[in-house]
Amino acid sequence: MNIQTNQPASRLTAAETALVDAFAAQIGELPGNGAVTGTRDRLLDDLKKAGLPTRRIESWHYTDLKNLLRAVPDRVAGAAIDPVAALVKGATVLSILQGQADATSSINGVTISAFRDQLTDGSAMAGLTALDKDDAIGRLNGSFVRDGLVLAIAAGAEIDAPIELQALHGEGQIHTRFPVSFGAGSKATIIERHQSAADGAALVSSISDITLEDGAEITWIILQQQGAADTHLAQIRAKLGTDAKLRLYVVNAGGKLVRQELRIEVQGEGAELTLRGVNLLGGDTHTDVTLVLGHNVPHTNSTETFRNVVFDKASGVFQGMIRVAPDAQKTDAKMACNTLLMSDDGDFSVKPELEIFADDVICGHGATVADIDRNHLFYMMARGVPENKARGLLVNAFVAEIVEELEDEALVEPLEEIISVWLDKHA
Amino acid sequence: MLEIKNLHARIAEDGTEIIRGLNLTVKPGEIAAIMGPNGSGKSTLSYILSGREDYEVTEGDITYNGESILELDPAERASKGIFLAFQYPVEIPGVATMQFLKVAMNEQRKARGEAELTTPDFMRRVKEAAEGLKIDPAMLRRPLNVGFSGGEKKRAEILQMALLEPTLCILDETDSGLDIDALKIVADGVNALRSPDRAVIVITHYQRLLDYIVPDTVHVLYKGQIIRTGDKELAHELEANGYADVIGTAA
Repeated sequence: MNIQTNQPASRLTAAETALVDAFAAQIGELPGNGAVTGTRDRLLDDLKKAGLPTRRIESWHYTDLKNLLRAVPDRVAGAAIDPVAALVKGATVLSILQGQADATSSINGVTISAFRDQLTDGSAMAGLTALDKDDAIGRLNGSFVRDGLVLAIAAGAEIDAPIELQALHGEGQIHTRFPVSFGAGSKATIIERHQSAADGAALVSSISDITLEDGAEITWIILQQQGAADTHLAQIRAKLGTDAKLRLYVVNAGGKLVRQELRIEVQGEGAELTLRGVNLLGGDTHTDVTLVLGHNVPHTNSTETFRNVVFDKASGVFQGMIRVAPDAQKTDAKMACNTLLMSDDGDFSVKPELEIFADDVICGHGATVADIDRNHLFYMMARGVPENKARGLLVNAFVAEIVEELEDEALVEPLEEIISVWLDKHA
Repeated sequence: MLEIKNLHARIAEDGTEIIRGLNLTVKPGEIAAIMGPNGSGKSTLSYILSGREDYEVTEGDITYNGESILELDPAERASKGIFLAFQYPVEIPGVATMQFLKVAMNEQRKARGEAELTTPDFMRRVKEAAEGLKIDPAMLRRPLNVGFSGGEKKRAEILQMALLEPTLCILDETDSGLDIDALKIVADGVNALRSPDRAVIVITHYQRLLDYIVPDTVHVLYKGQIIRTGDKELAHELEANGYADVIGTAA
């Protein structure tokens, strides 16, 4: 008989208890029709039964959420948060302040509404699901989500100015959704920005549900700059139609406990995914980027490149699962994860996985973990650049290479600025 | 200016002794050539002078303008005016050449208590120096040394030297991999920097470079020691007879 008595499922941790209690306190006021409320109940019940995931759950092996999430802050309603300047000059800012969306802006070719309305009328139901039995973020967010922004970009629309989804918050609990559909042949750049605007711990869950119809060409940038005490649990669900092109850039430069899940289904022939990530880790923080990518049809390709820099006692994780379906012939996928370890106390775990059920594909992955190249360092110092400054330049170069691939100065410059400010602070 | 006294040095990692009691004096304005067969310690000497961590000095001293530099790191030595033109300049992806030049020039100025260069002043200096070395401005827009040909890398080294205005220039086999035209351009660049208060150490395997950069003194390095010192005629003698005679006499 196999008895595991050390952690009975019925015994909840302080954080789990706080979530259950918070739900009981909030359910009466959470937006939603009967069906939505029933779904919330079920998702919370599943979360309670399964508990927060531990290292025994394979997909959470390197991020033992039950152990890492020690406390859950109380919800703080109506905190006064002011929007900040757009990351990119000329961008249209749509703000979600302390979890509350402002859907009053208008953009030609884009229908904008608040997610709370979809909850109220029940049309949000389709997305209120857990993706699998271990989808703690789907359950948590589905239980508690109050608002967000719903964008529908019209077929053929070419939106020149980037759209910035500006999610700012102070302490408390924030649960948001961003369902965004891109019509056939549309073109747009979206900047999803998560930023803490005040001290005090926040628990943030956020799900972006992105659909690219045939031929849409989209750049989606996620900039995560949460506060030093914040937990950021995020998910990007993306579906790519025929000949759709998605450039997805993820920059993590904040947060105390971060899990960023990228769940991407390439389901139209000729579709192309360019996924790039920069993870800047410092202090006593934990950041986990977990990718599950399905190449579900023939003739699709993708490249995934992550660059990580680890300072102090930070720990990082990258899990990259690429599944190639049985008939997805001619899939071309290349994944790379390179880490600069700047401290002996930091660590970074990389777990690439390929599940290939088709026989005519090109799939590869590579991972490196290294210190700064000593030859580079000596060369720069021999020119009079002091060691700290030289290290800073080299680290910057390591991640800037990824950002520069955006090949759009308007996007590259502000991102490089954020990276260099972060590095100056931590190096 | 530069005084090396009874220098002993080894590879830090495995303790192999490379420099074994080396003595050398270089005066301001002097061009000193250091020649020697492969494995004699020529490149090691250049690294030790510039402060590379991979080598350990176990005995003796190196003084520069009367002050020991052994405790200084490479950046501190550079700001004192010591410049090494690398035999194999490294490629550094992601670092723009212009950005690097500006940082290096300004960091040295800062270390010496001088004001930073304004951008127009910096641009003007780079433009002038690059023209003299026939360096295509497109090259300077690339990441540092990335994709440069062997000759371009060597010219880029001399460009950096011209911009940083060091007082001691160490050229480590700057002639290797250069065709005759490139060699002339590089030599002209070095000669343009000759001045009564600047010394140059030319490390080379062959006499050829010394036809263009004419040395005041020639020193033969063998097994980590200077075994013979002479004037430029010594270089011709080595070219004609090889190192065997000199080594034989010393042994």
